[in-house]
Formats: sequence, structure tokens, C-alpha cells
Amino acid sequence: MEAFEYAAPNSVKEAVGLLSSNWGEADVLAGGTDLLSLLKEGVHTPKRVVSLKNVSGLKGVSASRIGATATIAELLGSSSVPAAVRQAAEGITSPQMRAMGTVGGELLQRPRCWYFRNGYGLLGKDAKGKSLAPNGENQYHAIIGNKGPAYFVSASSLAPALIALEATVTVTGPDGEDEMPLEKLFQTPSSDSQRENTLQPNQVLTGINLPGGGARSATYEVRQRQLMDWPLASASVALKMSGDTVESARVVLGHVAPTPWRSSDAESALAGKAVSEDTAMAAAKAALSAATPLSRNKHKVQLARVAVKRAILRAAG
Amino acid sequence: MEGLKETQPPNGFSRRSFIQGVSVGSGAAGALLATPEAEAAGGDVVGPGAVSMTLRINGRNHSLEAEPRVTLLDALRDRLDMTGAKKVCDRATCGACTVMVDGQAVYACTMLAIEAEGREIRTIESLSANDPVPRNFVKHDAQQCGFCTPGFVMACQAFLENNPNPSQADVEAGLSGNICRCGTYVGVRLAALDAAKEVKGGRRRGY
Amino acid sequence: MATKYDWPSAADRSVIGRSVSRLDGAEKATGRAKYAYDRNPEGLLVGRLVTSPHANARITRIDASGAERLKGVRGVVLIKDIGDEVQWTGAEIAAIAADTEEIARDAVRKFKVEYEVLSHLVKEEDVEKAGNRVVPGQENTEGDPSKALQEADVTHEGYYGAATITHCCMEPHGNTVHWKGEKDITVWASTQAVGRIGADLAKNLAADPSLPKVSPSDIRVITPVMGGGFGSKFNIDSWGVAAAKLSRMTGRPVKIMLDRDEELQMAGARPSYFGNVKVGAKKDGTLTVFDVESWATSGVGRGGNPALPYVIEPPNQRVRHVNVATNTGPARAWRAPRHPQCAVITHCALTDLAHKLDMDPVDFFKKNADLTARPDVYRTEIDKAAELIDWKEKYHKPGEGSGHVRRGVGLSIHTWGGRPHDSQCRVVIEPDGSASAEIGSQDIGTGTRTVIAMVLAETLALPVSRVNVKMGDSSFPPSGASGGSTTVGGVSSSTRRAAVNALEKLKEKVAGDLGASSADEIEAKDGYLRLKENPKKRIAWTAACRKLSTETISEMGNQPDRDGGKLADSGVGGVQMADVSVDMETGIVTMNKMVAVQDCGLIIDLKLAESQVYGSLIMGICSALWEERVYDQMSGVYLNADMEFYKLAGIGDIGELVVHMMTGVYDDRGVIGLGEPPAISPMAAISNAVFNAIGARVPTVPVTPDKVLAALEKKGGMA
Repeated sequence: MEAFEYAAPNSVKEAVGLLSSNWGEADVLAGGTDLLSLLKEGVHTPKRVVSLKNVSGLKGVSASRIGATATIAELLGSSSVPAAVRQAAEGITSPQMRAMGTVGGELLQRPRCWYFRNGYGLLGKDAKGKSLAPNGENQYHAIIGNKGPAYFVSASSLAPALIALEATVTVTGPDGEDEMPLEKLFQTPSSDSQRENTLQPNQVLTGINLPGGGARSATYEVRQRQLMDWPLASASVALKMSGDTVESARVVLGHVAPTPWRSSDAESALAGKAVSEDTAMAAAKAALSAATPLSRNKHKVQLARVAVKRAILRAAG
Repeated sequence: MEGLKETQPPNGFSRRSFIQGVSVGSGAAGALLATPEAEAAGGDVVGPGAVSMTLRINGRNHSLEAEPRVTLLDALRDRLDMTGAKKVCDRATCGACTVMVDGQAVYACTMLAIEAEGREIRTIESLSANDPVPRNFVKHDAQQCGFCTPGFVMACQAFLENNPNPSQADVEAGLSGNICRCGTYVGVRLAALDAAKEVKGGRRRGY
Repeated sequence: MATKYDWPSAADRSVIGRSVSRLDGAEKATGRAKYAYDRNPEGLLVGRLVTSPHANARITRIDASGAERLKGVRGVVLIKDIGDEVQWTGAEIAAIAADTEEIARDAVRKFKVEYEVLSHLVKEEDVEKAGNRVVPGQENTEGDPSKALQEADVTHEGYYGAATITHCCMEPHGNTVHWKGEKDITVWASTQAVGRIGADLAKNLAADPSLPKVSPSDIRVITPVMGGGFGSKFNIDSWGVAAAKLSRMTGRPVKIMLDRDEELQMAGARPSYFGNVKVGAKKDGTLTVFDVESWATSGVGRGGNPALPYVIEPPNQRVRHVNVATNTGPARAWRAPRHPQCAVITHCALTDLAHKLDMDPVDFFKKNADLTARPDVYRTEIDKAAELIDWKEKYHKPGEGSGHVRRGVGLSIHTWGGRPHDSQCRVVIEPDGSASAEIGSQDIGTGTRTVIAMVLAETLALPVSRVNVKMGDSSFPPSGASGGSTTVGGVSSSTRRAAVNALEKLKEKVAGDLGASSADEIEAKDGYLRLKENPKKRIAWTAACRKLSTETISEMGNQPDRDGGKLADSGVGGVQMADVSVDMETGIVTMNKMVAVQDCGLIIDLKLAESQVYGSLIMGICSALWEERVYDQMSGVYLNADMEFYKLAGIGDIGELVVHMMTGVYDDRGVIGLGEPPAISPMAAISNAVFNAIGARVPTVPVTPDKVLAALEKKGGMA
């Protein structure tokens, strides 16, 4: 970890002022569970770290809003959290991680891609510019949206659930506050200069807004270890029901693409149908119909299908 | 998960910025980023050199000088010679560094010491051999080499204070943030369940 | 022949065989125990290593000036020089000592090394692609395997193997070293070999003519506790030598402990073993032939030959083995070297053969127990394990069942030596009644300290709380390294003999008072010395010791000792069975239950013996289901040198574990080591349980979801 300056401003405005308009110069510190590892690995070498610990307005969890620095434990402590979000948060099993990690940090954590973490950049290229993942150890990498140059998977477990529930996020930058669908926070980088999210280097994520609306939702994660493990694939669904029939559905996959991956094919496959093992499987197949697995991750297609199917059945209850 | 039904009360750190508590010589003078925004914001920027800080550990204040990049774990082990918390993965994965901050188990390797200012830190050094958790770890041989053990004990202490009547499944979830290489989980399960009968949720100590 | 040193009979034991809590348990559980990593002597400097980012390269330039110029940097030593090769990522090149860890890390970043990068190979699974990296190994034939395969009623061919795993000791490798005076070095070492570190360090320092000559006796090694070794911590290693040199250079103590990624890259790896196996049997299930072409990697080194076939030895065998030299971290011993991997290759192939024979594996292994060194032991243990896991109820033909979660059971058998290592112990009895064992052994977490105390207490007829054990310090009489399950036999033998000898001196002291003509007429019992013939004639322990006046009894005991009776032995058999569930849609395997039945000789501390077996099962579950070192061929980098994607079991991953020690049955063999044997079978037993659950063989461990799904697909789907 290289030396850095540290500041703990009292307001978002101050925090924004302390950030830089260029990537790499300053980092925002919330729970620190990802940032400190990035600093120790030398993946991030900011000259300044801006802590949000004194910014009180970013806390709190209600039915309509989750503060960016609310911890995972606080999220789970709230009774108003929709099922899909709760189940995704429950997948973060370690009490230490829940106590420290924040919701905003969970959404903005950097990919776990081991090429990225080993210093080969977000796109995982060697010194000659050759991508390492497509012919390398890609067992945890993307199976959708992986035409390159990005092969990593989005690390967030909460984002698919929140996107399924049509969440929006508020961000504050030098030009003030902005609100956008959470979906729009994520992007697949097409060059080294881009990140996996659309946040500007001097913007702070301040909160997540939930529209409500009474969808039945669920998340299902496929994990190799029962506790404390990254999902190999996950899916979150939100079903708006009319009696036994799905009026409309939102299906979002996690850990399978460089962004949380919304599948309109799966959503269409469910619309107007009653939920059954067969319709769930049909939707799952539709969700993965466009999958293009890499050399070592064909199994993730099946795992993602299972996640979609089980999430749908779980949501329908 | 059961036992996390109540969120923690606001722990008060927002009421007291560390900057009010200590005198900081360097201030923004050492700023590496001379951005106009930074200066306009008026936020107190400290570091990158050593900063005076006060950590409240096991009910006592400890003053030290450390750079902002120093983790709570390194501050405890290297600056204060409190070596009970161990450095194993140093990446918030294994739990050997577990301490309690404001009543909850955290990974000390992944919290900056400066971030822990103004919070109640509790380490393994606060426990004695007669306290229920260590005593039951010994009774059930929930340790071999013992290097993961202080972290496990603190994770268990925090878990039991927040979850008075756990089932085995609760214990497994509650201690899922710790890894043991020697393979002592059978003893840990028994120790946690037995200690639960004695800890009973209440904080046994005033701090 | 009976001797005065023999273990007391079961009826006469008051301590041995009981469950006693480990004596340093409270120290450890309250964080007071001081490990090498915890030593912060006055003036301490922190050292960090400069390591290679390349898998294979020659060093062409070294520039330490940037590092040396940093304020707070106190010393730099080179481990490798210009022209030297570094043959795996993480290979150590230099060490830097600084006032703080942060400065040391800054200095590492400023230390510049240039390389001529050479071609590398980091993967060995596909031996066809290894080219000139293949090094010939064992070739061995017994009987006529080709003919036996032709004549066998049933044959089976299959590919099996186990990936390389890493020790991942919780306390990383390292030392705190203080070179105080010309001939005065203290090493607080994280080691399994207190008695070996001094000599190893002296030898390494002698290679540098600029340093004063030191002998092993100038070096004091202190290791009261250590944070796990599992076979990887026998040597001072380059970083320990560097710490000594930096201490010499600066006059200050220097601590160098490896980072986690360094620990996983360079401080310990258990070699992989893979094999293409052909086996054949008669219709009745009698195994007639085992033929294997096997390969392994131990890093760039030669590696060892396999232990194939494992335990079961048919009359016709052929082993053709090669090693693949890879640019990966070098192999170190790991609990029961070679055995766990070879158990997979052998017992998975035999389980598949049993399936072709339409035999229950329990029947097959019992039948072929005749081909082992201890048929009755295995048969008895198989029956016991089958009872404890409810095999009859749970076993079904492989793949039978319905639903998306399928359950299965599997078994494996194992053997190990565990002979006692050389050991010396001094027992000291003082006039104030205190009794101590002084022994230069180490407690690596197995409970050695407690075992020594129990032997001493038993022999002196005192409670365990009344005796002291001084160990983990090279200033005590030397004892062997703790490896290969040799410690418990070694230290219990030397302690027993020293204690008997010391007690004899005390008996002589009180013989007159008790009216005995010789020490032989006196026995120690329940805190008294008394006449064997007239127990009412007795003197309390403390009163007896007071008779010593100003004298102190100090007696040695040795292992080996030709006239010292047979107190320890080697050679055990064990059986393990696993019960797993497999999600047929995801390929994820979960543990329901594991049973270990272990032959063990005389148990000193039942609680700690059971802990060894529980720990072995859990370590085995890790390597059966998750653990594997992942190298990237293109970059040559060890991608998961961390504890996040190098996956180990957590407390929720292990299921129910049942340990059954064959106590009492083989007591008269004496003490036999227990660290290795139960660590052997878990991978094979679990792989076999998965086979039983899904009806398809996952050829290699770890049994990961991708492999389970591939095996199911190959078989033709989940049904």
C-alpha cells in the first residue's frame, strides 16, 4: 500500500470537492472491504483517500431508500427490504463483511477477476496487449457479453436484485445530484480508459431508491462453498403477478457478464404465463440462449440456467 | 439471518470527527493533490506522513503516530504490541485478525486505524482464560496450532453477544468469516454452543 | 522382554489414555501465546522480500539504490545475484529491512530488477504437452501385468489424479532474528524443527565469508508455539538467512514473515499426481493386476516416485512414472507425502473396478484386504466404519436414485509408518517438589507439550497440573523434527525413560526412610512413594523431594535406547467413509458425514488424538472439494495465491464428522504417530462417494462443479 493523504469530510459536497476529476488520483473509502485490498495489491494507488465515515446523510435503510453507506448488516436488519435484495445480502455470509461492507461499496466493488487483481488491468492484458482470459484460466469469467475486450464478471450480488426491482441510484458530483436507473451505473468497458461503471471520478454514490410496486422477487445464487464464497452465477427476478399469471417480469443475472445482465428474452418467456417448473426452465434457457462460454467456463451456462430457474420458482413461492 | 434483526444503533462516530480529538500538524500542507476543489472544500486533509491518533481499545485510550495507510491490525500489532489479533490473509477473508468495533466483529486488517478513531475497539486482550468463550475453546479443543484462534474467539464473542440462543446452523453462519487450517471446526462448534449458555447476550464488560 | 520403562498396564494408568485439555490452550485462546510473528523485541526492524514477477527468467541487472535511499531503510541483502535464474513467480531475490513495514514495502517497490525472460511451463495435467520438461522416474514391474490383464475376468481403465495444493499455513513462514554478539544469535522461528534450524542457519551463513563463523550452538532457536507447518517448515529458508544477515548488518532484530501470496507461491506445495490406470480382477473380485502410467510435478525439482499401487498390492504390477518440471513453487512435504494422491489413483480405480464386477466396494475391499500388509486390521476397521456411517442403508448401485439431489457413499483405506524419531529428554526433580521435562522438541499444534506432561505425570504419579514442560527451545536436549508422525513416539519414549530414571533417584533417596533395601521395592502412586509390598508405608511427593535438600535430580532419557524397552512402534492402517450429496443440476457437492476409523497403538491423550483425526478429515475435505493451485500458462502467474480463490473449508462446509480410535486394541504395540495417517483417505473416499451418488467418475480432485457436470454430460445426462 502506497502512502496517501486522508480526509474525512462532513458532507457529500466536501467529499466531492476532495476528489479529483481524473481516475487514479483519489479514492472514496466507505466500508473499505474492497478498497483496502486494492490498495494493498497496488491495483489502486491513489494519492488521496476520502472517507465517508463522517457523512451522516448517507446512512439509513427504508422501504424506498437505502443509503450508500448503510452496511450489509443494517440492510439485513431492516424489515422493509424486498426478498430478492435480502436473499442476495444473505449470500454475503461473513458477519465481519456484513458489519463493514456498505451497500454502495458492494455495488461499486471492482471485479474479482484474478488477472485484474494480479496487476494485468481491468481488461486483463499482458505486456504485449494480449488478453489473458480467453485462452487462460477463465473458469470464473464471463459467459455472456464477453466478445471482448472485457471478460471479467461484475462482482456485485446486490445489483442484479436491485435492478430487477427497478432501483435507481443518486450520485453527486461537482455539478450536483443526478438520478439514474441502477442499470445505467454499469457498463462494459471497451477500452483501457473505461471502468466497469459510469460513475465519474469525482462523483459519489449517495443512495439507492426503490420504487416499490409489489413485485414478488427472489434471488438464487450458485455457490461452491456453502458460506463465504463468491457466487459462480446468480439470478434475481421480480414478477408482477396477475393472479397466477406473470404480468411482467424482470430477470437479471449476476456474475456471468461484465455487468449485471438483464435478460429480456427470459422476461418475454415468462410474460403471460403461469409459473411452473417448465416455464421457469424455458425462461432459464432463453436467458442463456445467447451465452458464448470461454474455453473453461461452459459449466457456468448451466449454473446460470439453474440460478434463473430456481430464482423464478423461489419468487413464485 | 436470525440475530441480526436489529440494526446497530448509531455508534456515534459521526458526532465526533477525529480531527477534533487530536491536533494535526501537517493539515493540508502535505497535500499531493493541489486541486482547487480540495482547497475550496475546506476538508481537513492529513498525511501522507504520520498522524497522531487516539484509539480506544478495551476501554482505554492509546495514542500513537501512524500514517493514514496503517491498518488497525498493524497499529495493534506493530505500534501497540497487542499481538493477539493475527495477520494471515491480510485481505478480509480468513478472520484471524477479527476484533470487535462498536460491538460487532470486523476484520482489523481491512480497516484503517484512522477510521477506527472514536470507536470502541475490543481485542482478544480483553478476554481472560476464565471467560466463557476462551474457556470453552480450551475445553473442546477448538484449536491446534492456535494461530486462527484469537480471531475465532473474538468472532465467537461478538456473535454470541448478538445472538444469545444459537442453533448449530446459526453458529456456522455466524462464524463463517473465519478459516482454520488445522481443521478445528468440530471443537469450535461445540465451544460456541456451550459458551452460548454462559454469554447470554449481555455484554459482560462495561465497555 | 519386560523393562522398568514399559508403559504401565491399562489398569495401572491414571493419566495416559485420558482426555486432557491442551496445556497451552488458554494462552492461545486468549491471544497471549507469542508466535514468531508476534515477537517485537526492542529496536525491531521489519524485513520484506523482493520477488520475481516472472515464472522463468535470468537476472540481468539489479539496482538497489532507490530502495537504499529511502528514509528508514536500514539494510538490503541480495538472495539472488545478476546472472542467477529465478524459476517461479515469487522466487526470492532480495530482502530489505526498514523501520516499519510500510517503509519496507515502499522500498521493495523502489528496488529495480531487470530480467531476460525465458520460456516457462506451469501446467502438468496434460503430460503430452510437457515436451522436454518430462524427466524419467520410477519404472517397476512385478509379475506379468500384460498377461494378467489379458487373463483377468474383468478389467477397467481410467484416468485419475489430484491437483497440487498449497500448505497455506496460518502463520506464514518466517522468523524474527537477533544477531546480538559475534557468536550470539537468537532465532524466534516458526518451525517444525527447533533442533535443526541452528545447524541449517550456521551452514548457510558459512557460505558467506564476510560473516563471522558461527556454529549451531551459537544460535538459540525459540519456538514455544507455531502457527502450522504440515510438513513445510523444516528449514531456515532464504528469508531466515536474510533476516540474520540484516540483523548482523544493522545490529537490530529483524523480522521477516512471508506475505500470504508469498506463502502460497514459494513456501509449500504438495505435488500433484496423475495416472492412467489399468486394473483387472477375477470374477470373485480378487484383484490380480495394477498397471499405471503416472506423472507429477514438484516444481522445477525432480520430485518423488509414487506410492502405487497404494496399500493393496496385487501379484502383477507395473508402474511407469515421470516427473514434469514446471516453473511453479517447489514442493515440500505435506502430511503423508504422496499417500493421499496415490490413494485417489488406486482406490478410485478399484472402486470403479468393483462397480464393473457388480460388487459393493465394502465387499471388494474386504476381499482384497488379503493383498495388504494387515488384512485383519482393515477388515475390522471397514466393518466398524460401515456400521458408523450406516453403509448398508446408504449404499446403492452407482447413480441409482432420483431427484436433483443425489446422495452417495464411498470409502478409502490407508497406511503409514510413524516410527519414533530420535529424542532426548531431561527430567528435573527439585527439592521444592517441582518436576519438569526439558526437551528441545516443538509443539506444532498437535499437542506435544501436553503429551510430554502426561507421560511425566503418569510416571511420577502426579497430577498433570503438578508437572512442567519446558520445550520449544534449542537450549534443551535435542529432539527430532516434527514430521512424518514421528514426534509422539519419540518424545513420549524419551520422556518416559528420563522420568523413570529420575524417579529411581528419588526412590533411592527415600529408600532408607521407607525401610526399603532398594529402589525396586518402591512405587510411585497417587502423589506418594510407597512400598510395593506395604502400601501403607509411604511418603508424600513433596516430603520425598524435601529429602533432596540442596540436591537436584536431573536424569536423561533417550530414544532410541536399546535397553529401554519397546515404547513406540510404527505402521498403522485406517479406513474412512464419506457420505455426500450432489446437486445434479449444479454439480455442487456437499458433505453430509464422514467417518474415520483409525488404528493408533497406545493413545496418550485421547482428546488431542481425536483432534488430529478431525483436523485431517477437514483438511482432506478441503482438497477433495475446493483446493487447487491455479497457474496461468500464458503469464506464468499463480492466480489464486490468496485465501479467496484458494478455497478452504469453513465451519459450515464439513458436515458431521465421526472419529473412532481403535483404542485398547493395539495398546501393547506402544505409541504410534497419528499426524499423517488420517490425512490420507479423505480425497479418495469423497471422490468415491460422488461416484456412488452420480454414477459417473469425476477423474481428479478437487471435485468441482465443472468436472461433475462434465462427468454427467459424458455419461449422458443426469438421469
